[in-house]
Amino acid sequence: MAGGVFSSYYSSSSSIMETLFQRTLEDLIKGLRLQLIGESAFVSKAIEEIRREVKSTDPHTKSTALQKLSYLASLHFHDMSWAAFHVVEVMSSSRFFHKRIGYHAASLSFHDDTPVLLLITNQLRKDLASTNEFEVSLALECLSRISTPDLARDLTPEIFTLLSTTKILVRKKAISVVLRVFAKYPDAVRVCFKRLVENLDSSDPQILAAVVGVFCELASQDPGSYLPLAPEFYRILIDSKNNWVLIKVLKIFAKLAPLEPRLAKRVVEPICDHMRRTGAKSLMFECIRTVVSSFSEYESAVKLAVVKIRELLVDDDPNLKYLGLQALSVIAPKHLWAVLENKEVVIKWLSDEDPNIKLESLRLVMTMVSESNVVEISRVLVNFSLKSGPGFCNEILGSILFTCSRNVYEMIIDFDWYVSLLGEMSRIPHCQKGVEIENQLIDIGMRVKDVRPELLRVARDLLIDPALLGNPFLHRILAAAAWVSGEYVEFSRNPFELIEALLQPRTNLLPLSVRAVYIHSAFKVLIFCLHSYILQSESITSSFSDNLVLGVSELVLKRNMLEGSDLTTCEAPSAHRSEGFNPRNQSYEDLSIENGGDRTINDGQTSTRAFSEKNIFTYESIINLINQVELALGPLTGSHDAELLERTRHILCFIELIKGEITECLVQKGKTLESEEMKASKIIKLMSDAFSEELGPVSVSAQQRVPIPEGLVLKENLDDLETICADIQVPPSNLFSLGSPYYGEEVGVSPFGLQNKEESEPSNEATFLLTEHRKLHGLYYLASEKNEIVGNDYPPANEPKLQDNPKNDTEDLVKLTVQSLATNKKPNHAKTRPVVVKLDEGDLVTITAKRPETKDDLVSGAVREVLLGSDTRTATSQSNPSDKSSSKRKGKEKLNVDRSELKENLGDSETPKQENPSSRKNKHRTIGKERRHNSPGKIGKEREENGQKGKQKSSHRHARHKARHRADAPLNVVSQTPVIPDFLL
Amino acid sequence: MIHFVLLISRQGKVRLTKWYSPYTQKERTKVLRELSGVILTRGPKLCNFVEWRGYKVVYKRYASLYFCMCIDHEDNELEILEIIHHYVEILDRYFGSVCELDLIFNFHKAYYILDELLIAGELQESSKKTVARLIAAQDSLVEAAKEQRSSISNIIAQATK
Repeated sequence: MAGGVFSSYYSSSSSIMETLFQRTLEDLIKGLRLQLIGESAFVSKAIEEIRREVKSTDPHTKSTALQKLSYLASLHFHDMSWAAFHVVEVMSSSRFFHKRIGYHAASLSFHDDTPVLLLITNQLRKDLASTNEFEVSLALECLSRISTPDLARDLTPEIFTLLSTTKILVRKKAISVVLRVFAKYPDAVRVCFKRLVENLDSSDPQILAAVVGVFCELASQDPGSYLPLAPEFYRILIDSKNNWVLIKVLKIFAKLAPLEPRLAKRVVEPICDHMRRTGAKSLMFECIRTVVSSFSEYESAVKLAVVKIRELLVDDDPNLKYLGLQALSVIAPKHLWAVLENKEVVIKWLSDEDPNIKLESLRLVMTMVSESNVVEISRVLVNFSLKSGPGFCNEILGSILFTCSRNVYEMIIDFDWYVSLLGEMSRIPHCQKGVEIENQLIDIGMRVKDVRPELLRVARDLLIDPALLGNPFLHRILAAAAWVSGEYVEFSRNPFELIEALLQPRTNLLPLSVRAVYIHSAFKVLIFCLHSYILQSESITSSFSDNLVLGVSELVLKRNMLEGSDLTTCEAPSAHRSEGFNPRNQSYEDLSIENGGDRTINDGQTSTRAFSEKNIFTYESIINLINQVELALGPLTGSHDAELLERTRHILCFIELIKGEITECLVQKGKTLESEEMKASKIIKLMSDAFSEELGPVSVSAQQRVPIPEGLVLKENLDDLETICADIQVPPSNLFSLGSPYYGEEVGVSPFGLQNKEESEPSNEATFLLTEHRKLHGLYYLASEKNEIVGNDYPPANEPKLQDNPKNDTEDLVKLTVQSLATNKKPNHAKTRPVVVKLDEGDLVTITAKRPETKDDLVSGAVREVLLGSDTRTATSQSNPSDKSSSKRKGKEKLNVDRSELKENLGDSETPKQENPSSRKNKHRTIGKERRHNSPGKIGKEREENGQKGKQKSSHRHARHKARHRADAPLNVVSQTPVIPDFLL
Repeated sequence: MIHFVLLISRQGKVRLTKWYSPYTQKERTKVLRELSGVILTRGPKLCNFVEWRGYKVVYKRYASLYFCMCIDHEDNELEILEIIHHYVEILDRYFGSVCELDLIFNFHKAYYILDELLIAGELQESSKKTVARLIAAQDSLVEAAKEQRSSISNIIAQATK
């Protein structure tokens, strides 16, 4: 710190002070380890020091400062972008020692947006052409890290030169860097690709490893382009003894083989040979992986691979175990026998100490699940999850849920079992899959009609257990259970019990959104009870009979009829809605009373199961119920949550509305009721009707199928909406903000029900607001009749009974929904799989495969052009146009020729280049030339490099070169053609 | 390809980072935090592979140091383990039975050695001998320069320039 004071006073001589007293990197590291002032304080002091030192004119001070900064940046993640310019300065030092620090700092801190990147092109170019191979290495390493399109473009000629240098050290680096250059500047492919290919022939193992590594990466992006090189790779696969190289070549073949069956046939044997012979586990595993991923149709190879996998599985090394399991899961979809064969081992590793291994074996166990064993495996896994820790327990539950729900529960036959399994899972202590279980409970409820009684039982069991309310992970499940209890209350043995469960005091532990569901469900149950009660008393009074069961069964019957679509042809629900409600009820009642007797027997199963013992809807019980609800909900009228408040108000107001008359009703019981059609019972019926609308699953694409009305103008700029929305006070988002889509539906329906109720008095507040809004912003509304259609029919859009009504003015929409629903109307037989309502999935598959990056496209495009471009020429000179590989080989042979030629020239062309200041200009010119060569319709690409090189040589050499080149070419072609054709043809 | 190389001590201190794919400084910190959380907590007899954000991280512990490399999903884990081992052997040979302190005080040398071993996320040299030779050659280059620099007369000449 003294130095700091010093330098500010004696700024002129600061350089000396800093040079003499500068802390070295080692001092900094030691200081950092011994500091007492706290690491961040120490670091910021050090940075301060560095900031000063790095401005020094002395290169050593500067580079040491930069080195310290790099240290802090790379290990303490301190920002060093501010020093970018100093980095460039140090990079350009003539001393290797400094230069190395500079380059290290650059590759550490530079990125595409670093502004000084523009300044380093020349420096890189100079260093790439340096005679000191270490300097070249530095530049290459740096370029591999910070390459930008501009850098890649400008330095392509240098890289091109280095690709055939005799210095092995430099060449192997240049080869690896080419990959990054291609990625940034695809046109470089046209220049460098041939030379890259030449290197496949190299005898040096490092060169070969580097170039195969590059092709491995390239082929993983677009394998098709590299098929013509298959013969080269094949040769390497056969000849190479280097495991590093072999692994990469195997990876290439794993990509190429699926594209060309003949190639696969050819290479499968050598791969198996390697698998049998090698002692290196890495190579063996690569062989296994190649076979299981790309050669799965070769029975013998797969068998061999499975034998080897077995070896891995039973090995003590956890790494091999893990990889063995992974290989099995790759092959599982095509050869399940391989998994089944190793079933015991796989299940054994389910209890391994390594969570990763457990997870892999769980995945494998799930692949073995089928219709026949799903019950058994789920049982085993659920038991297993009870014994596992929280993490793995949820993995298990997650995979059971995922597997069982796959493809709309295609694996499940016994839904009663599955629903109770869901209930059981919810009670597992570690269970955190609340959302998923919630979704499935509701989804199954809507899709599978036959399972509803059991579903209700499961929901009831969950609801009445007060202990579950304390577990926040279960809240979502409880929400689903509450919804189920409200929606399918008709299957309940004892609705009073449900109300009690829904309103129990401990529900205050629930989040408000879930509580709102509870209250709304309680509302539904209450309506159900009241309605049952009224039906019952009506039936008593009208028929003067004591057959109470009839009343109830009638209700159930009515429900059934509502749900069944066969009876709906004669009924137009929307018409009903606009007319009074009585006719409809009456008609049903008449119908049911007429053949009530038989029906009761027919539907005996449901009705007797529901209320077989005795009539539970007595006056006392109803009054009790109402009192209980009032008591439980009273305190909630002060709630601050809009949703909760709204629901509570609904139910309380409703009670207010009917309470008096219910009492009266009882007083007048036994007297004739025809004269006093009571308002209360009417309201109750109304509500009951509203709630009896069945909710079904909605196709994801349902909305898309609504035709856009003619004349609808959607303003392009939706910003206008903001100004409109700004002056609306209604908080719709608050009302409809419940997470799950099922909530959306449910909430969507309830206002609809209310609307029904109040249709006679349209001066509803909401309607009023709506009309007001409409007046203001008519532009954004659909034409009035259309609007009505949409408004009326949104909820029933998924309701089967609408579909068969041709007279409805919503015909279009109905047709669309018919298309969207594949409702199976066949009667369900007792033992078969129940009907699962499916929406046509075909329409949902609209996700297009992600397009590969455009850059990659460009690279592979360029590669194809280079590899196949010579074809056109071959066609003229050789009359064997279809043989890609031979033409490829031809090109390569030529390259071999001119490489030797170039090597001759290296001595006189390369060295003077560095000294000659005009050489750069020269090169620029040649790049220009290259580009022109590249334009389509020009002569073959293989001449390019000759052209480029040639430009730097004396003209007579060029001419000679060309001449020789031309003379050689056809000869080689002729001699080479017989070697390959059997390969790809 | 290898996306990055990390050396983390058992206490979670970072000893070396090398990024072959572009990561911002912020991402780097995050990656380190996440991975050291995952890797350092794993027991000794477990497998050396961790799945992480669609990539695989291969790690191996040598004494108090964890060597971690992040690779693509198709890459060969065992090959990477060999590369890690290869690197450790080279370090060992260079420093003479390497320990964590060697790497702490010679962090730049550890980098230079790594740079001779890997380039652009690929193995470039599988011969320990060659790497040792290259590093020695560069060291001698640097030493020569240092000697020249550290002579007093040179310092004075520099300072009074």
